[in-house]
Amino acid sequence: MKTEKGVLWTIFLTFLKIGPVTFGGGYAMIPVIEREVVEKRKWLETRDIADIFAVAESIPGAIGINSATFIGYRVAGIRGALAAMIGILLPTFCIILLLSLFFLQMKGHPKMEAAFISIRATIVALIAYAAIKIGKTALVDKTSAVLILLTVIVMYFGHSFIHPVLLIAGGAAAGIGIIMLKQKLGRKTPLTKRTKRTKRTKQEPIFDYMI
Amino acid sequence: MLQLLLELFATFFLIGMVSFGGGYAMIPLIQEEAVNRHEWLDAQQFTDIIAIAGMSPGPIATNIAIFIGMQEAGLLGAIVAAAGMVLPSLFIIVCVGVVFFKIYQNKWLQSSFYGLRAIITGLIIYAAILFAVNNGLVGELSWFTASQLLIFLGSLAALLLFRKHPVYVIIASGLIGIAIYG
Repeated sequence: MKTEKGVLWTIFLTFLKIGPVTFGGGYAMIPVIEREVVEKRKWLETRDIADIFAVAESIPGAIGINSATFIGYRVAGIRGALAAMIGILLPTFCIILLLSLFFLQMKGHPKMEAAFISIRATIVALIAYAAIKIGKTALVDKTSAVLILLTVIVMYFGHSFIHPVLLIAGGAAAGIGIIMLKQKLGRKTPLTKRTKRTKRTKQEPIFDYMI
Repeated sequence: MLQLLLELFATFFLIGMVSFGGGYAMIPLIQEEAVNRHEWLDAQQFTDIIAIAGMSPGPIATNIAIFIGMQEAGLLGAIVAAAGMVLPSLFIIVCVGVVFFKIYQNKWLQSSFYGLRAIITGLIIYAAILFAVNNGLVGELSWFTASQLLIFLGSLAALLLFRKHPVYVIIASGLIGIAIYG
């Protein structure tokens, strides 16, 4: 039996290693976390970890960080959660710091400026890509299409006086309201369109690290 | 300084609390808070930060927070911003994590996700429109607009059809930028 300190240290190191290998957060991390936690460390069973991923995806925050935190919590309580969270964040944190220093140094350099003129257009594409990806899970019926469209319109014309946080809270309330109303009208709504997680992890390739 | 750190923490804590469904949906929110309200940076700087955040490993919203924190208040700012971003999830996991398994299949919770996902999608679409407008992708037809549109379409195709990793797409785009705008 290891000491508590030893366990915390192992948790920290395990997630520290996962961070840079998988290029950060997102769905790319899931198979790696699973291998480390279930097969190598035997902290949890495959069934438990599937539940953890489902929850990690649903609560706010990045799925990779959330999964790590949750696993740390299951293994060693609050301190385990902290150890896992810091472990998974630390590599990213350092890389961002280095990149930001590099970026501030290079700022104003003509070649750099030219590169960024092009990169800005690519960022728009990246955001559009994210919209398409998440749109696939959100667009389940006509009502959800209306909700999506309404959000865009409200943000476009009302962004100066409507805070996005209100919209997000409103969205959750609207979801409940709509489903209730539809139930009264006797209609069924497909709540999700997702396939089983195991299938999805295989389908979603490594590039979905955005979340 | 202390006030700035507090503001950074509070801002990213708020964002961390609602960052459902992936970092990209948080772009309009971070823009609203960091660019419009606190004026920590301007719209163009914000786009550049997203580019850097997209090139770095790690979730994009957390990366943006770390970068803004670093720029505004150095290492301490970066730590405070990152902490603000991840602490809400930590609280949720510690407080409701175990119960969550039981209520996860709950109909009302699933219903709220139904609405949430739609709003999140709308927010990301809005972010795309916002950045397209800010960066001159839509505008009067000129050689510049046309080249930007081509880069946009090329990048989207690389991501969507050829399934290239965003990091490579951003780097390739940078090289193309140096070639044609340099």
